[in-house]
Amino acid sequence: MATKQAVSMKLNGKVVDVVVEPRELLIHTLRENLGHTGPHIGCETSHCGACTVDLDGMSVKSCTVLTVQCQNSELLTIEGFEKGGVLHALQECFSEQHGLQCGYCTPGMITRAYRLLKENPDPTEEEIRYWMAGNLCRCTGYQNIVKAVQFAAKKLATKAA
Amino acid sequence: MIPRPFEYYAPASILDALGLLQKYGEEAKLLAGGHSLLPMMKLRFAQPGHLIDLGKISELRGIREDGDTIRIGAMTSENDLIWSALLQKKCPLLVEGARHISDPQVRYRGTIGGDICHGDPANDHPAVMLALGASFVLRSSTGERVVPADGFFVGMYATAMHADEIMTEIRIPTPASGTGSCYSKLKRKIGDFATAAAAVTLAMKGEMVSQVTIALTNVGATPLKARAAEDSLRGKSLTDANIANAAHLAMSICDPSPDQRGSAEYKTAMAGEMTQRALRTAGSRALR
Repeated sequence: MATKQAVSMKLNGKVVDVVVEPRELLIHTLRENLGHTGPHIGCETSHCGACTVDLDGMSVKSCTVLTVQCQNSELLTIEGFEKGGVLHALQECFSEQHGLQCGYCTPGMITRAYRLLKENPDPTEEEIRYWMAGNLCRCTGYQNIVKAVQFAAKKLATKAA
Repeated sequence: MIPRPFEYYAPASILDALGLLQKYGEEAKLLAGGHSLLPMMKLRFAQPGHLIDLGKISELRGIREDGDTIRIGAMTSENDLIWSALLQKKCPLLVEGARHISDPQVRYRGTIGGDICHGDPANDHPAVMLALGASFVLRSSTGERVVPADGFFVGMYATAMHADEIMTEIRIPTPASGTGSCYSKLKRKIGDFATAAAAVTLAMKGEMVSQVTIALTNVGATPLKARAAEDSLRGKSLTDANIANAAHLAMSICDPSPDQRGSAEYKTAMAGEMTQRALRTAGSRALR
């Protein structure tokens, strides 16, 4: 057993402290230690994107990040999207546009789309497909996922205006 | 799936990292973006006792132009390469290559230095580095040396880097203005490695090729520089026959392993096709 390390991070706006073995993956800390089961484990091999979280302004696959790498980091998971009972525009649009079927990929999809729209608030369909390519949906519902992101972009632009 | 236990260090400077590397020697592994090493550790193909994370060393990141050289910190992420205005303008081949690597999440973490040092012939930067005539700065506790990309890749997962060295910087001679370039990659799906890919830079004088480089990805134990193909085009025009001849010469040095991406014959043929496409596109982008 290797020496455990204390890691302090900000998770959805709140400071959390954990003590972990260096080999512990971020997705396991989130789900098993911190009770954040929104990010899902799909493949655990950095292919599927179901475990996507936002780490210091980057979309990352939390199955391929060590928790010890996150010292002093800011994390956003799907649990941090709804504010005071009001859904985020992306959550509303995934619901309205039927952007999910079984729902397994949805937390990763929404978390990735959040960062995409921060970087490119008005993406074309082609840009959405290119920049969302790290998230797989095995219900093959991509058509409505792309639509949901497009609608969310519009809704966010209206809110900002 | 979790790795074997290891001790973790996140040094804040190159000097501290070199100290740790010297202390733990063969037991240690350097961690860059972690998207090759961590999967290998999860599969227990790699089992380092000590993991030295270079992620907190800010002096290893950044892209700048210094005279006629572009200097890139080894820990610069693929995403930062893609969005670099300097690279988009002066070295678009590197941007095009980076856009073909894996997927967006991986590109936020994956680094140019990690991609090069891993020594995987399926990685995309090595061939791009050969085509651009890049060199690598390797630092150890006893000093620093600069090694050309041509000769750096010596075998499958094997490079000219020593166990006590850290790659700190990638140096690329700024391509002459008007140079056309292209990275043409065949892959089965997003996130896959190349079935075959070709990196080309091309300068034209009127209708004649004045300068050309061609390098291939994933069709041998190392990235391959297609020297005979390059020689065949210098001073010639870019006719269909000359392009086909260059592609045949490029195919003649391929020695790919058959796998789920195809047979050796298929991969070799695709290396030829990617060479043709990259030459044509680079030709259309070169100023006359």
